Amino acid sequence: MSLANIWYVLFVLIIAGYLILDGFDMGVGILHLPLARTDQERRTFLNSIGPVWDGNEVWLVLGGGVLFAVFPLVYASLFSGFYLAFMLVLLVMILRTVAIEFRSKEQSPRWRSAWDTVFWAASVGLALLLGVAFGNVLSGVPIDADGNIRASLTDLLTPFALLVGVTAVAMFATHGAIFLSLKTEGELQARVERVLPRLMVAFFVLNTLVVIAMVMFRQDITARYTTDIWPVIFPAAALVALVAAWVLVRRGRTFEAFLASAAMIALLLISGAIGLYPNLLISTTDPAYNLTVTNAASADNTLAVALIVAVIGMPFVLLYTAGVYWIFRGKATVDKGGY
Amino acid sequence: MDPELLSRIQFAFTASFHFIFPPLSMGLGLMLLVVSGAYLRTRDPKWRRLAFFWTKVYGLIFALGVATGVVQEFEFGMNWADYSRFVGNVFGSLLAAEGVFAFFLEGGFLGLMLFGGNRLGPRLWFFATLMVVVGAHFSALWIIMANSWMQTPQGFEVVTDPAPVRAVMTDFGQVVFTPSFLPRLLHVFIASWTAGSALMLSVSAWYVLRGRHLDLAKSNFSLVLPFFIVLTISNVVLFGANQAIEVTHQQPLKLASMEGLWQGTTCAPLYLFGWVDTATQTTHGLSIPCLLSVLAYFNPQAYVQGLNDFPGAPVPPIALLFQVYHLMFMLGSLFVPVGLLGGLFWFLKKGDKGDADRPRRIWEARPVLWLFVITVFFVEVAIIAGWWTAEIGRQPWVVYNVLLTADGVSPLLSAGEVIASLGMFVLLYALLLVLFLYLLNAKIQVGPEPLEEVETVEVSSLPDTFREIFRRRDRADVREDPS
Repeated sequence: MSLANIWYVLFVLIIAGYLILDGFDMGVGILHLPLARTDQERRTFLNSIGPVWDGNEVWLVLGGGVLFAVFPLVYASLFSGFYLAFMLVLLVMILRTVAIEFRSKEQSPRWRSAWDTVFWAASVGLALLLGVAFGNVLSGVPIDADGNIRASLTDLLTPFALLVGVTAVAMFATHGAIFLSLKTEGELQARVERVLPRLMVAFFVLNTLVVIAMVMFRQDITARYTTDIWPVIFPAAALVALVAAWVLVRRGRTFEAFLASAAMIALLLISGAIGLYPNLLISTTDPAYNLTVTNAASADNTLAVALIVAVIGMPFVLLYTAGVYWIFRGKATVDKGGY
Repeated sequence: MDPELLSRIQFAFTASFHFIFPPLSMGLGLMLLVVSGAYLRTRDPKWRRLAFFWTKVYGLIFALGVATGVVQEFEFGMNWADYSRFVGNVFGSLLAAEGVFAFFLEGGFLGLMLFGGNRLGPRLWFFATLMVVVGAHFSALWIIMANSWMQTPQGFEVVTDPAPVRAVMTDFGQVVFTPSFLPRLLHVFIASWTAGSALMLSVSAWYVLRGRHLDLAKSNFSLVLPFFIVLTISNVVLFGANQAIEVTHQQPLKLASMEGLWQGTTCAPLYLFGWVDTATQTTHGLSIPCLLSVLAYFNPQAYVQGLNDFPGAPVPPIALLFQVYHLMFMLGSLFVPVGLLGGLFWFLKKGDKGDADRPRRIWEARPVLWLFVITVFFVEVAIIAGWWTAEIGRQPWVVYNVLLTADGVSPLLSAGEVIASLGMFVLLYALLLVLFLYLLNAKIQVGPEPLEEVETVEVSSLPDTFREIFRRRDRADVREDPS
């Protein structure tokens, strides 16, 4: 296995880490307005993600840095080609940060409900944009001979990409609801648990539509699953994880359900990544312009340095991430120290 | 307007706005550790109240730094795609290392620091704060490292086949330790610590002026003032000078442009202030003869290269560069007498010599206190002017003498796209700035609050500290106001 291949796997795992971790706090944001009604409830929602959301977002920053380091040609093409879309991602990420931080710093109800709305809209927007971006990665983009993407913002808003976007919103909402069921108590928890099955069904239906669309229109990606049988275990395992999450939620074993939901998100991403491999970005102009694991990677010495950095650094990252979650485990409360 | 110029304006704008906050994250963080450390040593609740207060301010500053920091990482790819393709091999790994080593440290421990004041034992809380502050410094370290490679690139070779043209690393050690790295890192660290101490002094002085929280404010001021004095002096005579020497040797054309030195000369003067006339290629103003030669080579007769020594070489915008550099230089130099004045008034006391409890003059020297109130703004201006000096001085190169800024821009980027994004950033950042100042002011108005609970358990070891965490709920209703 070449260093570039190792990095393809690691990059997918970093993005999976991001989707799992920031996914549930995005989900909390998506459910913020619909489910949390009083100020006390909204602060409970915010405090449930309070100590961890910032660390979660770092996974995206890391993903960007790793892409820059190990697949610079993909990084350059993707970010410049999706210029306005990524600008919107920045906008919603900044607004989201600001809304979380500033919401509870004033007593006025108008101030608080304004920032509640911003938090909700930015969370929905971020999930939608990430889904749309992933949808475009799956469906391919018009890359020219120099590696530049010739597409405007409206070109990126295809029905398929929007479908993936809405699916992402449903997925994170489900994931966030399971997390909230762990973190809340009483009436609020009951309300969360009432909508959870509906969210899971909605996500299942949407995701099935995505799969059908893939099979119908994106045979170059689904081909891997028809020529070879072993990759099928990943989407199959994703389905098993979703069913497991459903059953575990029913049985009230919420923590295990959360793990199942996290596994499902990772498995779905991995399934997509296997379909794409060895491509990172598929050109709809000419397959010769595809950006692949080989032609877009940095030189081997850079990949080796980056790998050493990852091997040294990531155990610490996982250790103290786990530590923070451990210390702040249990139900979220509202007190003076939080939001 | 062409997309390149617009992209430069946008990057300068977003990076400068971002750069208001990281120096404070480092400097205020360090000073917060000093205050927390004072509590650990003395167990005097006043230090704990101050530490809680500054932690809240820190959280606000940090939030803004995080929110505006990710923008730059995106912009490299968005606006500077060809630059990213060229430097990805070298530059990208440093950014990724920043993510692994710095951001996770900050992101992981920030929650503990901001939320853990009452939950964690004081030692573990100190440790969490320490980790956040170390993370902030690591972050700066990798960024300065990456930027220093752009200033004095080495340890790479340019590969043209297969396309696109790119810099491929040949020696990681050389990439990491470029000649400009350590001088610039130290200069930035000291400047950032100066900013942090200046912020504490500013707020403390303001409390004294308003007669609020007098005991706390005076303690805080007295604790931090020596740091400010030492830091400002050392940055002028050691680290700033060292940085100037490094530029003289590594980027002589940049130094000549910074100083407006059109003709290379022995006994080169150092301008205190002035202006550059690019039409007639002359520089006017107040200068100290030979000082530039002395600073750069420790020899008044040393020859300093001027712009005429680089015929045909592309030069940065000299008039602007001269002004931002001299703004930083003048402000940096003025902080020294400000600090010394404060120190002098702190030592002077009122009344008879025999009286042991004579009040210090500083607490009644209102003009001096006001000077400290406003100094922090000028420290921020000096820091940003310093960054501008580094970045404008590198132009028109993005990687010095290797890649032109114009060749780094995204090829298909349209002016309309950049105008849209720049407009968005101007509006968004204006909103952020207003919110930041409003909330900062609100926090300062509230001031240090009474402690919610008092340490009832003396912790002696790390396991005990962990045990203390889990006791938190039992003690949640204990309230006592020590003030």
